[in-house]
Amino acid sequence: MSESNRAATLVDADWVEAHIDDTGVVLVEVDEDTAAYDKNHIRGAVRLDWKKDLQDPVRRDFVDKAGFEALLSERGISNDDTVVLYGGNNNWFAAYAYWYFKLYGHDDVKLLDGGRKRWELDSRELVAEAVQRPGTTYAAKEQDRSIRAFRDEVESAIGQKNLIDVRSPDEFAGRLAAPAHLPQEQAQRNGHIPTAANIPWSQAANDDGTFKSDDELTQLYQDKGVDFGKDTIAYCRIGERSSHTWFVLHEILGQPNVKNYDGSWTEWGSLVGVPIELGD
Amino acid sequence: MCGAKTGGVSNEGLVLTNESVIQGVVTRAGEPVAGAYVRLLDGAGEFTAEVPTSATGQFRFFAAPGTWTLRTLAAGASVVDTSVAASKGEVAEVTISLD
Repeated sequence: MSESNRAATLVDADWVEAHIDDTGVVLVEVDEDTAAYDKNHIRGAVRLDWKKDLQDPVRRDFVDKAGFEALLSERGISNDDTVVLYGGNNNWFAAYAYWYFKLYGHDDVKLLDGGRKRWELDSRELVAEAVQRPGTTYAAKEQDRSIRAFRDEVESAIGQKNLIDVRSPDEFAGRLAAPAHLPQEQAQRNGHIPTAANIPWSQAANDDGTFKSDDELTQLYQDKGVDFGKDTIAYCRIGERSSHTWFVLHEILGQPNVKNYDGSWTEWGSLVGVPIELGD
Repeated sequence: MCGAKTGGVSNEGLVLTNESVIQGVVTRAGEPVAGAYVRLLDGAGEFTAEVPTSATGQFRFFAAPGTWTLRTLAAGASVVDTSVAASKGEVAEVTISLD
């Protein structure tokens, strides 16, 4: 079953090179460093800005359904297109966008295994010209809340469901407040949610950013005490690395009932009165 | 691009008080390497962060005090591991030479 899940949700670089000019295949780059696309990108790829395009400019939430429809229509993405997402940071933000496309009900969306890094390390073609596709009329579905967790559900999941903290061990223990490529001065308290297992997203990936095999992935979560018979909530700092782990569990391994807590540590660590644990 | 400057990005605007900075430059034959991937591994070898180097080959991390490993990947080069110690309020400068 999971082999077909993998085939349905992941493509490799050779597949992209073979299908780059296919009608109905749209490459989309999503990066933390949104200027990376300006420097170069895979030929034909359009850009999504994870913050400007995908988040509400005022409230802390996503663009709503109408906003998502307007965005995809403007970028020239149709409901029946195969959307192939890729990006830097080992696909963190591409996985976040993937989860977002699923949240709004897009049928056929895939990740490029290894993302931008593997593509660059292979010295494959990158071009600088910006891409403008003809506009479409995109229709999104209502948000699929079965893959999105909010704080109250996370609090009631303590000791009940699998809680997976996918940040680095130093963030989990409270020694760091953010991934170490960012300044550490942060408003929230450090630590982790009690009963959460620390299974860093990076343990699901190889050094080149590609995902490990199904057997290795299953072993990884079972060895860390994840009970596949229970529901699971993954979180990180802002919800992008946990999208990577949500992708592994829900899309590659085909586990039902896996949610991403996109509020993640920047919300939990700022809440009054919730429990926090420190240490490894 | 001229020869690689020693050390990392300019420290201008950097508030160091509570930061343990590790920064530097990746070079090959004395020239800076843009777009190399530098990953920061903790004392147990676990991934903590990763950045691509800038157009001038530079990178920077905000770590915690302790000993870290920088693992550098670049197209056409062998993987290079470099050990570095970070201290609070200080900048550890590293030059990584690829073969």
